Amino acid sequence: MDWFLIFSNALAAAVGLETVIFALAAIGLNVHFGYTGLLNFGQAGFLAVAGYGLAICVATFQLPTLVGVAVGLLGAVVLALLLGAPTLRLRADYLAIVTIAAAEIVRLVFRSVTLSEYTGGSDGLGRFAEGFYSINPISPGSYGLGPLDFNERQTWVLSVGWTLVGLSCLLVFLLMRSPWGRVLKAIREDEDAVRSLGKNVYGYKLQSLVLGGVLGSLAGFMTAWGNAVVQPDNFSTETTFYAYTIVILGGAARVFGPVVGAAIFWALLSFTDNALNQAKSAGYIPEALLSTVQVGQVRLMLVGLGLMALMIFRPQGLFGDRRELALDAR
Amino acid sequence: MRVAARAALSALLAALMVLLLPSAALAAGEAVQGTLQNAGKPLEGVTITVTKAGGGDVGKDETDEKGAFLIELPEPGDYTVTLDEDSLPDGVEIREGRSASVTLPIAPGQQRSVLFPLGEGSRQQQSDLARLPQLALEGLIFGLIIALAAVGLSLIYGTTGLVNFAHGELVTLGALVAYYFNAIAGLHLVPSTILAVLVCAVLGGSQDFALWRPLRRRGTGLIAMLVVTIGLALFARGLFLYLFGGAPRPYRDYQLQAALDIGPVALAPKDAFTMAICLVMLLLVAFALLRTRLGKATRAVADNPALAASSGIDVERVISTVWIAGAALAGLAGILLALGQQASFQLGFQILLLVFAGVTLGGLGTAFGALVGSVAVGVFTQVSTLVIPTELKNAGALAVLILILLFRPQGILGRAERVG
Repeated sequence: MDWFLIFSNALAAAVGLETVIFALAAIGLNVHFGYTGLLNFGQAGFLAVAGYGLAICVATFQLPTLVGVAVGLLGAVVLALLLGAPTLRLRADYLAIVTIAAAEIVRLVFRSVTLSEYTGGSDGLGRFAEGFYSINPISPGSYGLGPLDFNERQTWVLSVGWTLVGLSCLLVFLLMRSPWGRVLKAIREDEDAVRSLGKNVYGYKLQSLVLGGVLGSLAGFMTAWGNAVVQPDNFSTETTFYAYTIVILGGAARVFGPVVGAAIFWALLSFTDNALNQAKSAGYIPEALLSTVQVGQVRLMLVGLGLMALMIFRPQGLFGDRRELALDAR
Repeated sequence: MRVAARAALSALLAALMVLLLPSAALAAGEAVQGTLQNAGKPLEGVTITVTKAGGGDVGKDETDEKGAFLIELPEPGDYTVTLDEDSLPDGVEIREGRSASVTLPIAPGQQRSVLFPLGEGSRQQQSDLARLPQLALEGLIFGLIIALAAVGLSLIYGTTGLVNFAHGELVTLGALVAYYFNAIAGLHLVPSTILAVLVCAVLGGSQDFALWRPLRRRGTGLIAMLVVTIGLALFARGLFLYLFGGAPRPYRDYQLQAALDIGPVALAPKDAFTMAICLVMLLLVAFALLRTRLGKATRAVADNPALAASSGIDVERVISTVWIAGAALAGLAGILLALGQQASFQLGFQILLLVFAGVTLGGLGTAFGALVGSVAVGVFTQVSTLVIPTELKNAGALAVLILILLFRPQGILGRAERVG
């Protein structure tokens, strides 16, 4: 078994496109779940609205990329308001059910044949990313450090992505130490107490939902540009669940928690994938026990088990503070 | 005429149906075959291609003057059979909601028939009014199946406060275990069903015993437990996929049944039985809840666990009963659902959101609310296809869920509870 390859692939995954996308999605989710205690199970919906907003504007209507980005951001804000307005006055689990339902509606609508003229149906949309790559200042060639190696397009995507991750972290850091952020954390701990202090809890929750949704929409843009194509099944509920695992793994209500969580999550997945595949080709695991297709399924099982084990044995994740975080519904 | 029962049910274009009658098996090797017909007339010159799962063209055939095609395959495995829609005559299309390509596992030596339901190009063959009774009936059956799954979900929520996102996996479990007994162990479907329901009941009870009870003892928060259910659902779905594979598979019994015309509706016998089984089970649940000591205790715990405990009810015993019964009902729902749709690893996950919609619509935590809400969701999903495209019917049902929460968040039978 080629351990060097396994580890260098894991390292590449830790800084790769998927880590960037899920770090951004998880930073948004962290604002919802970690700081405000909102159970948003529809983060994938925010990614989808942003990614498709961009793709439809550019590919279907030939509008400039900047207009597409604006439409995507606006879409995320509108979705947050639509979801939040009816449910944020209700018990926490209602938001969970409504957001997961809304994200599925968004996916089914983008997937539908009826609208495929605009959305490309289940094949999705391509040919909208030229605007993004045409402003790439990096000259052609290969870039990297040690075992890492990226071409100019990947380097450009990753630079933009990690810049967005950095800016998002800075924004969350500044907001959460402001009075506004302290109110959010207080709502998470005891919203009745906050209400009795005269704060408009509903308004704060709605603002938090919008902020996290907009951060999630950045992940949607990166999905679209990074893959140069948007497909409805990129935005399934599993995306949201992966993002939850990442938030909890890194430590909820920690500024860098989602970023570290995403890097470790994807490095671990890449590691298990590669290690299993190599063990198979080296003959340590017989084909009857594990076919190539089944490697991906083992990975799904591992994510599930990991999420359960984390939540049961270490709900604060790697860097969280258990005392700060009392997650409870009623 | 052999008609796939589910197709017959959903087909109001029955006259325009296309079936593929198995033509005489030729060689001993593996093959896919079939006959394309529209309105009883064979379709000639339609292109059918076969690709191996994971890429690679295998073969191609055009239907002959009898509408028949036959493509020989090199080896057993998973194949995708695709009908080239451009080669269909004008005015004939794959029927709405059906796909032009089908992926099938082919066993060694198997000559498998493939069915492409076709219909007239335009959607509205019959007037909306004429389609209404049939759609309502299908919706009722679907709603009753959802209700079976929903009762357990709602009672678990009512007695423990747990929102169980892994409930859909219990539904899948029922369907897959029944598939194992029926298609692999070779039992008839009826004993298979009984065994599968027992397996689900045992696993539901042991799930509570091994996982949820210790977590309750530790005082784990409800939201933390909710996330644990998501982890469990991901794990279970991965495991089902690992063991069962990705392709949907039918049971050995009751696959093809001719629908009987009853007044304005057509109903296959297996769907009639599905409906009857659902009704009997739901009535039993209702009777148990209203009349037996354990049922009354269950309702008391759902009302107020602390008060129930202080009046001498063994709350833990009630909760494990609810898990056992809920899992058994969910498993049964899965088996009945797979009877119409085929068993697949994501059967339960696909209806989970509709089950949630039913439960929420009826009022979280109330057993009877779950029943009413589920039937409403089922009927709504089917009847809404009169107005919206079939592929969006689930989206429509979920949208209604959101609207209901806007105006009556406690659901139809729930108690108003003000938060904030």
